[in-house]
Amino acid sequence: MVRVRTFDLKLTELGEKGEPLIHIPTLGQEAPAVAACATLNSDDVIMPYHRGYAWAIGKGMEPGRVLAELLGRTTGYCKGQSGANLADWDLGVLGRSGIQGAHLQIAAGVGLALRTEGRGRVCLAFFGDGASNTGAFHEGLNLAALWNSAVVYICENNGHQGAVPWTEIMRVETTAERAPAYGIPGVTIDGNDVVKIFRTVSQAIERARGGAGPTIISCRTHLWAERHFQPDGAIGHAWPPEQLAEWKKDCPIARLSVRLLDAGLMTEAEAEAVQAEAEAEMDEAIRFAFASPHPTREQLVEDVYAP
Amino acid sequence: MLHEPVSASTQALTFSQAIQVALRDEMQRDPRVILIGEGVRHSGPYRGLVEEFGHDRVLEAPIAEQGFTCAGIGAALMGLRPVVAIGRGDFLYPAMDSIVNEAAKYRYICGGGNFRVPMVIKVHSTGMGGGAGTQHAQSVEATFMHVPGLKIAIPSTPTDALGLFRAAVRDDNPVLFFEHREIKRDSAREDVPLEPAFAVPFGKAAVRRSGTDVTLVSYGYMAHKCFAAAEELATRGMSAEVIDLRTVLPWDRDAVVNSVRRTGRLVVVTEDCRRAGVGAEIAATVGELAFPSLKAPIQRVTYPDMPVPGTLYAESLFLIQVDDILNAVDRLV
Repeated sequence: MVRVRTFDLKLTELGEKGEPLIHIPTLGQEAPAVAACATLNSDDVIMPYHRGYAWAIGKGMEPGRVLAELLGRTTGYCKGQSGANLADWDLGVLGRSGIQGAHLQIAAGVGLALRTEGRGRVCLAFFGDGASNTGAFHEGLNLAALWNSAVVYICENNGHQGAVPWTEIMRVETTAERAPAYGIPGVTIDGNDVVKIFRTVSQAIERARGGAGPTIISCRTHLWAERHFQPDGAIGHAWPPEQLAEWKKDCPIARLSVRLLDAGLMTEAEAEAVQAEAEAEMDEAIRFAFASPHPTREQLVEDVYAP
Repeated sequence: MLHEPVSASTQALTFSQAIQVALRDEMQRDPRVILIGEGVRHSGPYRGLVEEFGHDRVLEAPIAEQGFTCAGIGAALMGLRPVVAIGRGDFLYPAMDSIVNEAAKYRYICGGGNFRVPMVIKVHSTGMGGGAGTQHAQSVEATFMHVPGLKIAIPSTPTDALGLFRAAVRDDNPVLFFEHREIKRDSAREDVPLEPAFAVPFGKAAVRRSGTDVTLVSYGYMAHKCFAAAEELATRGMSAEVIDLRTVLPWDRDAVVNSVRRTGRLVVVTEDCRRAGVGAEIAATVGELAFPSLKAPIQRVTYPDMPVPGTLYAESLFLIQVDDILNAVDRLV
């Protein structure tokens, strides 16, 4: 989580400087993807969504190659042709669609293939509460439930669709409440509690590995920075300061730190070292990315069709 | 099912039968091939498949074209080779995002490599002639021809139906496979090659009739109309070359351009609308590559730029007839 946040803040700095990259901060909601990915085996797969890179770092992607991709460099995970639509076959990161909710349907087919191959592999599909109002959510969840697809749907529920509060776009507070409509389990949990997330996702994964089908887990969390950096500029929405202050008291990193310190599992010095290592890693990532070459036109037309 | 594997190297099959045989053969040959769609465990052309291949390879789907097309993408990514059955060409529009934003671009946005979407979107019925209704009779291939990353096959004969379907299943890219309702109603049989290696390559047109005076280019059901027109032209002393594209993405540019260089005259016949249609692309390409060879302006015979009327009678007033093709040729000479 410290690495995710440090990377996020570095990308925000680059975005504010006008560097040509797409960055959608995930500040404050690092826990769900990091804790969920920690439950996986290396041959399990994920289908991420647009917000931040917690899932990327959680699944083992290197920040330098992520940034290289965002900047359109050949050392990026997709050779500089995808930008924020990151994927990596070897790590089981199956691509990040730019269309809200589409991947919830693709995951139904991924999970079907994983169940029928019989090796007990699973797929985690991440999404925000906004995407749960698409028709794609309904079609995907219904299919995944029908086919007992080996997929666990994890909603990073920050109570907003962009800057719009959930009360203006839906009648139920969490997408987990929709699970009974598909005949599958749904649970809403504290999405800033990594231990709770780890345990809940682990249970759902065991269910999916056993062929019993999908689960929706809605992780309540807060997004501190509602911003969107693009090469042609940034858009964003500032939360009321008192609201933001309240949310920051619920910081998942601070909460875990206190827990580890109180339990004697980590010292203050070790906590500082984690932060310092993250800073150094991200500075090196930035150096690596900016030193990498851009692709040529010839390279960029190679992958339109599979040979 | 009508077909049992036989040792004979050919079998007399109708167009519809050839597609059924091709699907079942591919499912027998390759355990990665699965079938997803509405009614695939229950309706005519797929009868018997679920008993033979089981519920994990023959997947019934709700009325959710967007969803089960995307699910096909997911299965394809993980190494299966799904055939996604969709009832009508018109129903590709509910699946537009899945086809255009996801299937066509998935490999590209993932950086190529091991990311592949070997999926066939099998369109059970396309085209006019049955009074099926405004949203059940459209030709939609031009819309998808515009999209990089897709392939499109539209067979006109039993042999091509089997050969192109096999090629589609064996291709590592998403393929739209259109079955024209009028050809499916045709009870004519053809000796279709059954040896497993047989397939019809994409991007290779078939010259149905050689000629020297005019080139008639079409595909699918309109290839039959062009052939009939060429026979009539022959009785009038005019030699028409009939090119059946078989696949419109990719389409066989060399076959068309080389033919026009010899005949100097081109008529493109499509059942789709005129504006920005398949005919427009072919005409523009011939204009770019063979303009000096043209002895007369290129003619397009198309459906007008309007919705298909919803009743059998009203629709019948707009069906493309052999006479429409003959009239177009008359304008060239």
